[in-house]
Amino acid sequence: MFENLSDRLGGVLRGLRNRGRLTAADVEEVLAEVRTALLEADVNVSVVRDVIDEIRQNSVGATASNALNPGQQVIKIVNDQLVAMLGGETLKITYAGQPPTVVLMAGLQGSGKTTSAAKLAGWFKSQGRQPLLVGADLQRPAAVEQLRVLGAQLNVPVFSQPGDPVATAKLGLAEAKRIGRDVLIVDTAGRLAIDAEMMHQVKEISRAIQPKFTFLVVDAMTGQDAVTVAQAFDSTLSIDGVIMSKLDGDARGGAALSVKHVLGKPIAFASTGEKLDAFEQFHPDRMASRILGMGDMLTLIEQAEKVFEKEKAEAAAAKMLEGEFTLEDFLEQLQQLKKMGSLQGVIGMMPGVPKEMKNAEIPDDQLKRTEAIIFSMTPQERAKPELINGSRRVRISKGSGTTVADVNRLVKQFGEMKKMIKQMGNKGGRGGKGSKVGGINDDLAAALGSRLGPR
Amino acid sequence: MPALGFFAPRFAAETAPTIFIALAALTIVFGIGVVVVGRRRSAKVKDGGFATQVGAPTAAPAEKPAEQPAEKPSVRERLVKARLSLSGAIATALTRSSITDSTWDELEESLLRADLGVATTTRVLQPLRKLVASKTVTEPGELMTALKNEMRGQLGRVSRELRFDDSLQAPNIWLVVGVNGSGKTTTIGKLGAQQRKLGRSVLMAAGDTFRAAAGDQLQTWAQRSGAEFVRGAQGGDPSSVIFDGIARATARKIDLVLADTAGRLQNNNNLMDELSKVRRVADKGEGEVTEVLLVIDATTGQNGLNQAKQFSEATQVTGVVLTKLDGSSKGGIVFAIETELGIPIKLVGLGETIDDLVEFDADEFVDALFV
Repeated sequence: MFENLSDRLGGVLRGLRNRGRLTAADVEEVLAEVRTALLEADVNVSVVRDVIDEIRQNSVGATASNALNPGQQVIKIVNDQLVAMLGGETLKITYAGQPPTVVLMAGLQGSGKTTSAAKLAGWFKSQGRQPLLVGADLQRPAAVEQLRVLGAQLNVPVFSQPGDPVATAKLGLAEAKRIGRDVLIVDTAGRLAIDAEMMHQVKEISRAIQPKFTFLVVDAMTGQDAVTVAQAFDSTLSIDGVIMSKLDGDARGGAALSVKHVLGKPIAFASTGEKLDAFEQFHPDRMASRILGMGDMLTLIEQAEKVFEKEKAEAAAAKMLEGEFTLEDFLEQLQQLKKMGSLQGVIGMMPGVPKEMKNAEIPDDQLKRTEAIIFSMTPQERAKPELINGSRRVRISKGSGTTVADVNRLVKQFGEMKKMIKQMGNKGGRGGKGSKVGGINDDLAAALGSRLGPR
Repeated sequence: MPALGFFAPRFAAETAPTIFIALAALTIVFGIGVVVVGRRRSAKVKDGGFATQVGAPTAAPAEKPAEQPAEKPSVRERLVKARLSLSGAIATALTRSSITDSTWDELEESLLRADLGVATTTRVLQPLRKLVASKTVTEPGELMTALKNEMRGQLGRVSRELRFDDSLQAPNIWLVVGVNGSGKTTTIGKLGAQQRKLGRSVLMAAGDTFRAAAGDQLQTWAQRSGAEFVRGAQGGDPSSVIFDGIARATARKIDLVLADTAGRLQNNNNLMDELSKVRRVADKGEGEVTEVLLVIDATTGQNGLNQAKQFSEATQVTGVVLTKLDGSSKGGIVFAIETELGIPIKLVGLGETIDDLVEFDADEFVDALFV
């Protein structure tokens, strides 16, 4: 939908190539594009201004390194800046000397408090703690019931009582002490930051239970208003950290940067899926590339994880690197690829792919034609495409309803691909980098790296 | 991946098979990635029972009923406030005696702050720049009026009425879709109550079989408004719940089926396929799908456009419901949705009570954007 930063910068940077140094004018041109990218990612207008100022200071006169072209260099500066702004001080979860450690959840309606409360309980459980969930959202019909169901799935007890939310929270605290639970997580009703009465109520709850941690749950899809909301909740409750919810969506998530920047409070957790264990500590680096639109790589990898059969992929990869990859394997890969959705979608998500290719119309039935060509080959031909002579070509084209030229093209390009990948395998072995492809390779490495690092 | 870079320059000349080879190489590289990362999603979390361990026996009766006195601000009241307190940037713009670069920056900023997005903001301001260049407009106040007129003009061309076909011998079906937490179930509750007041018989079908207790939530609304209610098993097939709902409504000659669906993120292919199926099944039975309403939370930023595109692709959305506009968010993304994708905004949610779901009014909305 929106262009990622490297595509966006493409036009500007073409003029910059082969220059050793970024001039002030270059930087301004580039910054205009960065600004648009950040705004499209829903970073707050005021925050964008601050970010751009910082980047400007860091970029002028920056000497081009040998390893990076100006484009990559700018992206790196921007990316580093965002990582620095998103990260910094992290929230260290400590436990109260006298249990229970009380956690209060707050946020707007529909931001994902109840689900996040349950996921957080699951996280504490994985840390060896014994949480108790308290349903103090007595507003939304069946909110408590939802918490009970989630609690049952996690095998975490849930306490609630009809009536007054403040009293319920207090009784929940007493209950935790009585049954000896060492973490108490209190879910509250969603409320608008401008609703004085409701904000007063949550303050009362906070006063009654004296939370050690107060988390604000922020929907990753939130737009410009995230800042206003965060400030309002912070001034009422003094937020300790933020939980970003719905990060499994395709929102760029600029709200994370906005909230972090204006509150100066860490983003503690990220909720990344519908399952209760899809909840993890926040990674600033991943978020930065996502805001810049470079994070689609991660989505792509995640989708691949879902549809790819591990053993098959492993076998194919090994074969390929040894140069023994056959059309049969290729066919199998194509069929797995089909499961990932439309080809246009897959290509669209890849950073560094030229625009002509992204905009090219790729009817999905073309995939079928390619399959048909391979289906029309004998097993021997699939294993050794060099067997395919003139008469075989005619037979294959007839069998697949294509032309001889189509068959030729497929066989020829398959050969080229094989050769190249084999070369790359060798290079990889010696620690070299695919120089031809510039940023693409690096992006992939970065994307994989950021997933590998924190685990 | 490198294969892709290698082949890409030649793509324009050669055609499709190139891409497939490139993609195959890509898939293999991903294969390696998957192996390296070695993190395969584990099997589904098992569907837990409903037993709870601690606490009060039932929650439902305890909930505070939503029928509170309607004290929440209406759009009009917000506008009264609007005239007293224009948003910072606009206020500054209006104090200037002439239109300068700063004026444009301030207008742009106020539109961006309202979540219109960069492209839409540019599109809205473009015609005004011409007016100013030709000296048709010379003062900031006039420019502001011209801006509002331009925006109203861009909005005003669609029918916003909820489609209900009286001549049908079978029920009208309104399908409600959207991302998690946008307010679908609440919208159905309010919509059902309003339709009951209009004298129509209503059946609510709890097609959200995923979120824990979503059915209970809808049932509470159905009881409040005297609507029929159909639900399925937790984790069951939503299509079959909706099919059952339509069948029951047909048998009982009920006028309107309001079909709830589980919230889903639009980039989740499997769940979007499931939703397309719900739509197909609803089309197949008796009755007719006369509305597919996409519910969008006013706090939503630029992702709202993706939502509108993907949900339309899956279910042919006929209208947008903008919820939670009573907060500090302006909901400007729906302006982009209507003007770029042509999906009319039909309803606006302004608060918790049933009467707070109102017809969308373009004039009021545009005024409120600059509050």
